Amino acid sequence: MEIFWYSLIGIILVIFFILDGYDFGTGIIHLFYAKKEKDKEVITKAAGLFWDSNEVWLVAAGGMLFMAFPTYYASVFSGLYLPLIIVLWLIIFRALGLELRGQFNYQMWKDIWDKAFGVSSLLLTLFFGIALGNVLRGVNLGGVEGTEGIYEGHYFFLPLWSHDFSPLSTHPGVIDWFTIIIGIIAVVTIAIHGANWVILKTNASINEKLKKVRFRLGIALVILTLFSLSIWNLINPEAYSNFAEHPYFIIFPLIYITGLAGILMSHKFKKEITPFICSTLLIVGGIISSISSMFPVILPSTNDIHESLTIYNTSTSEYGMNTAFIWGIIGVILIIVYFIIQKRLTTGKVDKMDYGH
Amino acid sequence: MEDMIFYDRLQFAFTITFHYIFPQLTMGLSLIIVLFKFQFLRTKIEKYNDAAKFLMKIFAINFTMGVITGIPMEFQFGTNWAKFSELTGGIIGQTLAMEGLFSFFLESSFLALFIFGEKLMGQRLHFLTGLLVFIGSWASGYLILATNAWMQHPVGYEILENGRFVLTNFSELFTNPWLMPAFLHNQMASLVTSSFVLASIGAFYVLRNKQVEFGRLFLKSGVILGLISSLLVAFPTGDWNAKNMAKYQPGAFAAMEGIFETEHAGAEIVLIGQPNMVEKKLDNKLAVPNVLSFLTYQDWNMQIKGMDQFEEDELPDNIPALYYSYHIMVGLGTIFLGIMALAVFLLWRKKLFKSKAILWTILFLFPFPYIANITGWYTAELGRQPYLVYGLLRTADGVSPNVSSGNTLFTLLGFMGLYLILGLLFVLLVGKTIHQGPTPKKH
Ligand code: HDD
Ligand code: HEM
Ligand code: HEM
Repeated sequence: MEIFWYSLIGIILVIFFILDGYDFGTGIIHLFYAKKEKDKEVITKAAGLFWDSNEVWLVAAGGMLFMAFPTYYASVFSGLYLPLIIVLWLIIFRALGLELRGQFNYQMWKDIWDKAFGVSSLLLTLFFGIALGNVLRGVNLGGVEGTEGIYEGHYFFLPLWSHDFSPLSTHPGVIDWFTIIIGIIAVVTIAIHGANWVILKTNASINEKLKKVRFRLGIALVILTLFSLSIWNLINPEAYSNFAEHPYFIIFPLIYITGLAGILMSHKFKKEITPFICSTLLIVGGIISSISSMFPVILPSTNDIHESLTIYNTSTSEYGMNTAFIWGIIGVILIIVYFIIQKRLTTGKVDKMDYGH
Repeated sequence: MEDMIFYDRLQFAFTITFHYIFPQLTMGLSLIIVLFKFQFLRTKIEKYNDAAKFLMKIFAINFTMGVITGIPMEFQFGTNWAKFSELTGGIIGQTLAMEGLFSFFLESSFLALFIFGEKLMGQRLHFLTGLLVFIGSWASGYLILATNAWMQHPVGYEILENGRFVLTNFSELFTNPWLMPAFLHNQMASLVTSSFVLASIGAFYVLRNKQVEFGRLFLKSGVILGLISSLLVAFPTGDWNAKNMAKYQPGAFAAMEGIFETEHAGAEIVLIGQPNMVEKKLDNKLAVPNVLSFLTYQDWNMQIKGMDQFEEDELPDNIPALYYSYHIMVGLGTIFLGIMALAVFLLWRKKLFKSKAILWTILFLFPFPYIANITGWYTAELGRQPYLVYGLLRTADGVSPNVSSGNTLFTLLGFMGLYLILGLLFVLLVGKTIHQGPTPKKH
């Protein structure tokens, strides 16, 4: 049962990053590449239509995490208090940007909210990546100083950074050079994804340019990936052995590699949807490979006194999980049905659509 | 200890109060939209369809605000109330996760279809999507209230040695005796808000002498629904909640009614008075003898326990706020009934659209149901104190042990700033939509 909930929550989170990822990504693209008013308008429209229904996935993942792994929810959310609140603020700020820009027809007004939308999309992606980095690296569970913990073994509190920015120190902060790298990888991945979405959904004049940008970002991603792989062992010595233990996990890095290869070759594809699928694979493969490298641990401990949090020592009762299994399955089927209905009715380019908005 | 949790409580109270501004409108409005759309299907009069689509625009703005302000609510359980989440997540996580999975998806998917898909779907399907949005939003309210009902009156649980609550009976979460009264009362209260808002928009159009046809439609439906829902909110649902409080939370009941001392032969009902916490009495009291006993137990002489019968640390910690909240809610409820009854009477005598005084009153009445709803929630939440889970888990024991109050104060200020801008945006968007009005089709 733990494994079922772990996988379901993981899948829902990945779907969230795929869906909201494209509108984060359009934000990043918008920030750096959209220069003409027409393009800006189309791009914000491409993001603006669905962002709120995309965020429902985040809510669902949060709710299920709360239900199935309450100890984990309590530990991570309170321990990462500051970055999570910043994420919340950025979510709100981004929404403000998207919704406000069209309200008045002043250039300066639009510029301000365009920047708000772009910058918050960028920072949000960076922070989500940093959060993933923290979960991969682990934290000082129990707040151990020397041999004494100041909290119960599953609580911690991270400062935003520590003096040496090193992931290897005994008291790492939220931001260090490892988590920053993961954050940058997230930004690049999501930017590729966003570029694909813009190309797919609009006829913006920058689409040709974006195709080149996409290629360059793909190259950057290859370099970043190789680099992060080489330091992986430093952070988590067991990372590779986990793949040896569960050989079928290898499929996740393979998905990632396929996606990456697809991005680099995307000028060869005829359909605009194909690169989008590749960047989707990139997100799926990237997140799942990193998480599965530690399975069944979900938050490593950086000290030897308190054990790492796993899906087994943070879960709720068997009865609770079994009951939820039944309604969970029903819920998932319903969502798939809604989703298919919704997407079938909203295919095509947004510039041409009459949404009556 | 009190200081430790002060900012966490303030932050929760502030963010939930702001959040609840939006759902109370969407829940009621979705029902009104369905009713208009149904009228259109029945009569084929275009006006009803335009009205439904217009209201859906207002709905959509509120929905977006509900989403943006709802995500911080969910996060806060983990960030600020970590101990509470850890101990009770296995139970209230069930209802909260069901809300995410069942109702939010339903609501958001079909909202998009309602707004974008009329031409593609045909009228019957369009009605159906509206209906599903309505079901989604009410289901969401139901599941949230199931969560809250469990905190007010825990059922179907077992406490393990390490203090954790685990679920032992899933169906009891939904047959909780606290749930139905609270749910029905809450939904009727949100219908009060929405019908008052509808009537207020109507009054605006009539007074402004533009979109008058819609103005009249909105006024008429607004005041009729307003009267019905104001009646239902007081009786039976409000009364039913009060009886539940007397039964399950007697200390909170005494505090909200302002009964400091137990009277042996029948308790009086306090209409006006200010709690004096030093002398433990009500100042300037105006009360009617024995009525409270009758309302609560249908027996004029039944004894009701006063606050003197409870230990200090079992009583809510902010008695004046609880008392005022409750009396503001009930007082406003009574005033609503009066005004709506008058408006319906004038409608019946065909004078409503001409009487300036009542139109202006209705125009400016719309903030008050919001106040009644918020004070109603304050009654429920302050009455639950000093517990998070009534009788079992104290508020002070639910807070995150590792987050200092300085951090919470800092983030609270941040939320206040952002919500200020958000609130302005909301007023701007809704104002713009109302100003444009439900313009009939141009093509
Ligand atoms: C338009 C709003 C409105 C109006 C006019 C009333 N209420 Fe109310 N009341 C609410 C809106 C509300 C609410 C916000 O919806 C609450 C908060 C919790 C709940 O379920 O409903 C509530 C809670 C609430 C509670 C506390 C229940 C609890 O602790 O969970 C009681 C005892 C009453 N109500 C009783 C009444 C009575 C006797 C009314 C007589 C007129 C009344 N209410 C009018
Ligand atoms: C929209 C309606 C609601 C309003 C206006 C509201 C209001 C409040 C207020 C004013 C407080 C602070 C109480 C105090 O300082 O003593 C509070 C606390 C709290 N409420 Fe609610 N509440 C609402 C709904 C809910 C629901 C549905 C839940 C559960 C899912 C909930 C859970 C909590 C929790 C966990 C606290 C923090 C602990 C505390 O201080 O009591 N609230 N709420
Ligand atoms: C009486 C109390 C509450 C009611 C009736 C209520 C109802 C609703 C409704 C109907 C929505 C859908 C959006 C809309 O239509 O505006 C919504 C949104 C939301 N609410 Fe509340 N809510 C309440 C309190 C809370 C609390 C205490 C939480 C914290 C867990 C919460 C979390 C959320 C979230 C996360 C969303 C966004 C959902 C989405 O993405 O669609 N709500 N709420």
